[in-house]
Amino acid sequence: MTIRHIPLPILIGIAIILLTLICALFAPWIAPYGETEVVGDVWQAPNDHFLFGLDNLGRDLLSRLIYGARITVFVALSATVISFTLGIVLSFTAAVSKGIVDTTLSRLNDLMMSIPTLIFALVLLTAVPQNLTTLILVMAILDSTRVFRLGRAVALDVAVMDFVEAAQLRGEGTWWIILREILPNTLSPLLAEFGLRFAFAILFLSTLSFLGLGIQPPYADWGGMVKDNKDGIIFGISAALIPGAAIAILSVSVNLVVDWMMKRTSSLKGGRGDA
Amino acid sequence: MTELPHKPSGSRLPFHQRFPLAIRIGERLLLSLLLLLAVSVLIFGGIEVLPGDFAETYLGQSATPTAVANIRSELGLDRPLTVRYVEWLRALVQGDFGTSWASGSSVSEQISKRLGNSLFLAFCAAVISIPLAVGLGLVSVRYRNRIPDRLINIVSLTAVSLPEFFVGYLLIMVFVVQIGGAAFPATVYEGMSLPDRLNAIALPVATLVLVVLAHMMRMTRAAIISVMSSAYMETAELKGLGKFRAIVRHAAPNALSPIINVVALNLAYLVVGVVVVEVVFVYPGMGQFMVDAVTVRDLPVVQACGLIFAAIYILLNMLADILAIIANPRLRHPR
Repeated sequence: MTIRHIPLPILIGIAIILLTLICALFAPWIAPYGETEVVGDVWQAPNDHFLFGLDNLGRDLLSRLIYGARITVFVALSATVISFTLGIVLSFTAAVSKGIVDTTLSRLNDLMMSIPTLIFALVLLTAVPQNLTTLILVMAILDSTRVFRLGRAVALDVAVMDFVEAAQLRGEGTWWIILREILPNTLSPLLAEFGLRFAFAILFLSTLSFLGLGIQPPYADWGGMVKDNKDGIIFGISAALIPGAAIAILSVSVNLVVDWMMKRTSSLKGGRGDA
Repeated sequence: MTELPHKPSGSRLPFHQRFPLAIRIGERLLLSLLLLLAVSVLIFGGIEVLPGDFAETYLGQSATPTAVANIRSELGLDRPLTVRYVEWLRALVQGDFGTSWASGSSVSEQISKRLGNSLFLAFCAAVISIPLAVGLGLVSVRYRNRIPDRLINIVSLTAVSLPEFFVGYLLIMVFVVQIGGAAFPATVYEGMSLPDRLNAIALPVATLVLVVLAHMMRMTRAAIISVMSSAYMETAELKGLGKFRAIVRHAAPNALSPIINVVALNLAYLVVGVVVVEVVFVYPGMGQFMVDAVTVRDLPVVQACGLIFAAIYILLNMLADILAIIANPRLRHPR
């Protein structure tokens, strides 16, 4: 397949994702001003020097947007990676061991899923000390319930295959079966799910930051920037809409690309991240 | 004509065979109650087993050992966990959610004022979005893979990815600042007349509708398509049934239970969406209340709100299950 066979919206989506990643990786070199550097008046309108204008403290919005990409992508990606590792290890263990292990893990998962994610996160964040590690862990653990549900479903489909039975009969251990037989055969639906979970993690992190419970100031992150600038909206100052749009555009791009990839690969059980 | 197998008269059958429906509904009720109990344990106990002493976190920088010990005994945290849980649960059953740490006032009183506001908001959003979603879903299926369907697909995929607060502020920017006329912030108070109240919540409701609509519509579309592509629909067509008759007699009854599920799932989502929307529009509801409580680490309020949100969520899912069982006779008999 060549690049010409990719539809234009998907190409744009891929470009936006790449652009965000580049911003995230090289923020200090790309950003024209510092992350917390006050460069002018409060909510100064966009001009030649400041492409998107200044924020509620007179910091450059574009620079903060670029720095914000770094922390937003880093936290969302770490949470997704941890959530996947946790979810897949537990779900595959459940699917392979069956019996009491499976029942216990599945019921526990049902229990955790019976509390809406955002509400659960709010309850947990009340109790834990507020820092980056706990934030990532809370996000990861709550998200892993969704991964568990999908992982168990796809692993059960593969676990009944003859080659798994053959491996069991020749005496391979549980871990060997999980890593060598089940994982390679469930990789494509899991990859698609990874994209969806990542898009959801960005939205979720932004929502938490917007509520003032995610990443703490003075660090720039997109949801927090919306919160910082929200009081300007009523005066017609669009500073809060720009980071909001950034979240929306990145999340639409990831969803578009994943949606397209899912259509290309066969019979995937994709679960969209909601509630 | 062969004689039908003799059916034993109703009275001699055991109860569970005579009323399979009642049994299944009873099961659901019991299961939900158990689930709620487990959730209460999770919400109460989960916080306790987490790393980090709560009193220390609460005090932050000023956490000297004496201060920590003082606050622990003041809030009753030095007593055993199980004792506290049982007391909490007992008071809760009587409708008492304890006292707020931050304000010292009764949590139940505060919540009773705000819960109504939140439910009103969610109710208005549901009344608008459900018919709209099912209608658009049908349009999408009717023109499947043609322009209207593709348009709806792209718009809804975009809408699914938008954060609620972005939609909310965008609406404020357009309808309050640019055009004018809409109310912001969405203040409601007791004794407000209904038209005023509706006017105040117009924008928050619009935000919720936009966010939920996309999810609901996509899922409705998928549910209808899966029914329309089943074998009995092909049979109906092949035996010469009219399109309308096939849909009314064959497709609709079968599509009903998945659609009920979709609606309930999204109503549950509405309950959560309310949190963010209330913060955006400064609406005096449960969500705003809970977020404020989390910020100052007011544990009794957070636990109460968390439990109520979870209870509504579980209730909606239970109702969906029960309605699906009533709508679809196949679900009445466990395999």
